Amino acid sequence: MMLEVEDLQVHYRTKDGVARVVDGACFAVPEGRIVGLVGESGCGKTTAVRAIMGVLAENGWRAGGRIAFKGQALDQAATKPLLWREMAYVPQSAMNSLDPVYTVGAQLVEVLTKRGNASRNAARARAAELFDLVGLHARRLTDYPHQFSGGMRQRAAIAMALALEPSLLLADEPVTALDVIVQRQILDMLRELQQRLRLSMVLVTHDISVVAYLCNEVVVMYAGQVVESGPVRDVLARPRHPYTMGLRNAFPDLMSDALELVPIHGSPPDLRETLTGCRFEPRCPFAQAACTTSPAMLGGGTGNRHVSACRRDGEADSLRQAALDPSTWQRTSSFAMS
Amino acid sequence: MAERLEAAPRALRPGRRVAIVALLRRLAAMPLRDPFAFAGLLIYALFVLVAIFADQLAPVPPLEILFTGTGKLAANVPPGTEFPLGTTNLGRDIYAQLVHGSRSALAVGLSAAIVVSSVGTIVGLVAGYFGGGVDSLLMRIADMALSLPFLPFVIVLTGFLGASTTNIVLAVALLLWPNSARVIRSQVLTLRERAYVEAARVTGASRWRILFVHIAPNIMPLSFVYAAIAIGWAIITEASVSFLGFGDSTSVSWGYMLQDAFSSQALSRGQYAWFVPPGLCIILVVVAGFFISRGYEEVFMPRLRGR
Amino acid sequence: MAAHVELRDVVKHFPVSRTLGEILSGARPAVRALDGVSFDVGEGDAVAIVGESGCGKTTLGRLMLKLTEPTGGAITFAGAPLAELAGERLRDFRRQAQLVFQNPFDALNPRFTIYRAVAEPLHNAGIDKAEHADRVAQAFRRVHLADLDRYLDRYPHQLSGGQLQRVVLARALVLAPRFLVADEPVSMLDVSVRAGILALMREVRDAMGLTAVYISHDLALVRYLCERTLVMYLGRIVEDGPTEEIVRHPKHPYTRALVAAVPVPDADQPRAPLPIKGNVPDARELPSGCHFRDRCPHAMPRCAEEAPALRPVAGGHSVACHLEA
Repeated sequence: MMLEVEDLQVHYRTKDGVARVVDGACFAVPEGRIVGLVGESGCGKTTAVRAIMGVLAENGWRAGGRIAFKGQALDQAATKPLLWREMAYVPQSAMNSLDPVYTVGAQLVEVLTKRGNASRNAARARAAELFDLVGLHARRLTDYPHQFSGGMRQRAAIAMALALEPSLLLADEPVTALDVIVQRQILDMLRELQQRLRLSMVLVTHDISVVAYLCNEVVVMYAGQVVESGPVRDVLARPRHPYTMGLRNAFPDLMSDALELVPIHGSPPDLRETLTGCRFEPRCPFAQAACTTSPAMLGGGTGNRHVSACRRDGEADSLRQAALDPSTWQRTSSFAMS
Repeated sequence: MAERLEAAPRALRPGRRVAIVALLRRLAAMPLRDPFAFAGLLIYALFVLVAIFADQLAPVPPLEILFTGTGKLAANVPPGTEFPLGTTNLGRDIYAQLVHGSRSALAVGLSAAIVVSSVGTIVGLVAGYFGGGVDSLLMRIADMALSLPFLPFVIVLTGFLGASTTNIVLAVALLLWPNSARVIRSQVLTLRERAYVEAARVTGASRWRILFVHIAPNIMPLSFVYAAIAIGWAIITEASVSFLGFGDSTSVSWGYMLQDAFSSQALSRGQYAWFVPPGLCIILVVVAGFFISRGYEEVFMPRLRGR
Repeated sequence: MAAHVELRDVVKHFPVSRTLGEILSGARPAVRALDGVSFDVGEGDAVAIVGESGCGKTTLGRLMLKLTEPTGGAITFAGAPLAELAGERLRDFRRQAQLVFQNPFDALNPRFTIYRAVAEPLHNAGIDKAEHADRVAQAFRRVHLADLDRYLDRYPHQLSGGQLQRVVLARALVLAPRFLVADEPVSMLDVSVRAGILALMREVRDAMGLTAVYISHDLALVRYLCERTLVMYLGRIVEDGPTEEIVRHPKHPYTRALVAAVPVPDADQPRAPLPIKGNVPDARELPSGCHFRDRCPHAMPRCAEEAPALRPVAGGHSVACHLEA
């Protein structure tokens, strides 16, 4: 296992109290696989990844749980030397974080010489190699970031992350801000990287279509917790958690015949409050009395890795059938309009 | 449906009242959160009180030459019970000068601040919003004002028009307005592109309405900040001009005191009680202004509030 | 029936700052955001304008609402040319044509209460204050924001994205317009919220008989809203037809690439290489003839000489491509 995350807790100190932004997340990244971490805004996916990298904001801290990289446990201090070497991070809108006053090549060389201890010549050669890897012409090393298009800047940001040959790449919404054709080109490039370099990846996104296209496994997060995870084909075709079922219905599908998008009414809970029971319960059409009191556990299935944090996991098949019917989701409209 | 209709009109009045009350509450509460701003407000309050009650606090006229009981000139009397800060080399009560000097300081500071921020705001709004030729013209005028050397210009202007406090204020205002105008203009340029301004256009708002209702309120915080800065500049300029001897010799200001002390070589005589207090007062007032403006920046611009 | 909105050969150039050489030689380089766009929108139609960034769709939306003026060509609304509207007639137009914004968090003045924001159009239109409350209430009902009291006194930062977008829509509807332009109305909202807003827009359009133009980069999304789609590339319309047709049987090579590039939530989706080369060219130096030719797998010599006109082909479609000639 390249990366293992167990019961991760990340808290933020805010003006109105402590927000438990990640509250018990569990997932794993096998070697050479791409895992999609998917969820909507506020679910904690970005925070989880930043906690793994050890780059949380000042008012955030890891409050519990275990993170292991290649079997070795990571705590805050230990991750620093790993940064840029074994694990690399491409933050959201990384393409806007390129320094505008230096050429892209110079920034790449700086990473290679400062953190990688390479000589300048070796660094320049490697920079050309990296550009080639991400599909950019080596002669563009001497260009400035503003001369690059959005897609090219994103490729450059990925090249910088790959500079020191990490085994794990954590990418936060790498294609969200890009046009659809460029997006597809970047996704194809990432897949190629996985194949050529045996690169393991965690891809954070809100777009399950992107996950379906690129990822091997998917981890669905909601309100700071993992609600479902497993091989992408299984989870998308046969979701076991009501949230995932709802998400499928809410996502437009260019090729499907259905002409109906079904919203999930309500909104995610306030993470500053102490929450008992299942966090999705207020919006869930299948909620039962027990769901409000005892928390749902991630479990289910023997041997297979498709797990779901739903108490009614055993009835998943029949629930899924019901979820396909739009009227099922109308029942929750008595709650606040989203 | 009936209850819905009743709900709506009731909302309109509380809406606006609620907003104003909330703002006042925030304005009043801010000093409690920001110790520097609190200190600044205290200092201002103190000086305002001193200026108002100057006659009561220091009944002796500041320019009156005083004599001792024996008929000799009460010159350079060290600080004591009769003269808390001593006297100048011409027998004038330093304490009285200090107290009455606060009036001059505040008058200069406040009037300059008002003029600078009004002119700067209006110019900034008009230039930023209307753009084109108007913008170019106003900004070129601002450029010309900016290229004038500060103190020499003030001196020359007071030379032409006469060395009165009013003229000094005028000179300061003429030179300081471009700074706030430029910053406000760039803020207006940003605001002009915001979606809600475009929304106002789409829903048919006239240009003037957009300017005054949508853009101007978001500019006010900057105006206040520059007003506070202008107070400081004006006071220091007045002090500098007086110190150089070009100031208004009919009224006592802290700058005048410094000039007086300097020319009577108070430093080499060790007469600290003469020049340290006015210098300290100038520093206090100016710094207090900055603290206050910084504190209120956060009130008006919520993004700066700790989130 | 007379078309509600007509565009004829609309051109919009944005001048760019010139180098000294260009000033001396008299050249006037410009970004040609729109390069000859013509189409009609019938009353009550829902039309989508789809394209990637730089195609001119946002500019087109703004031109249709007279938020900016075209460099060339003409736009007509209900028979009246927009260029001639002024004074009272312009105010009248503003009452009838509204815009829904992309960013709900920015579309409302943060200092206004919700009530004031929605009532503002009524102010601007000179509607009697006594009627305001009623009309605002009506608009809120339309967008299904229950419990009016909860929202009216609140400020934008206190509402969620979905609620804000409903408020924005309410503001757009409060004057009972006839024409609505929505510029990426859901792109900044969470996925689970988008479906609700889209359903609302569909419902509102049906209920009020609006003519609607949806601008979006998301082809998958517009399928749920519009019967007709226009695909744009670099300032020109390349394909125009029923949305389903365009998605199932795209005729223009760009549309084909676009449709192939959209990912779907299916792990077994096709992953064939896209039928498109290179990157979007610099907007200041567009290729001659057909703007798409340097990326097109089927480019012919003719494509460099002559810009293809939008011509009808089978399936109720129109395509601007020499291949179809």
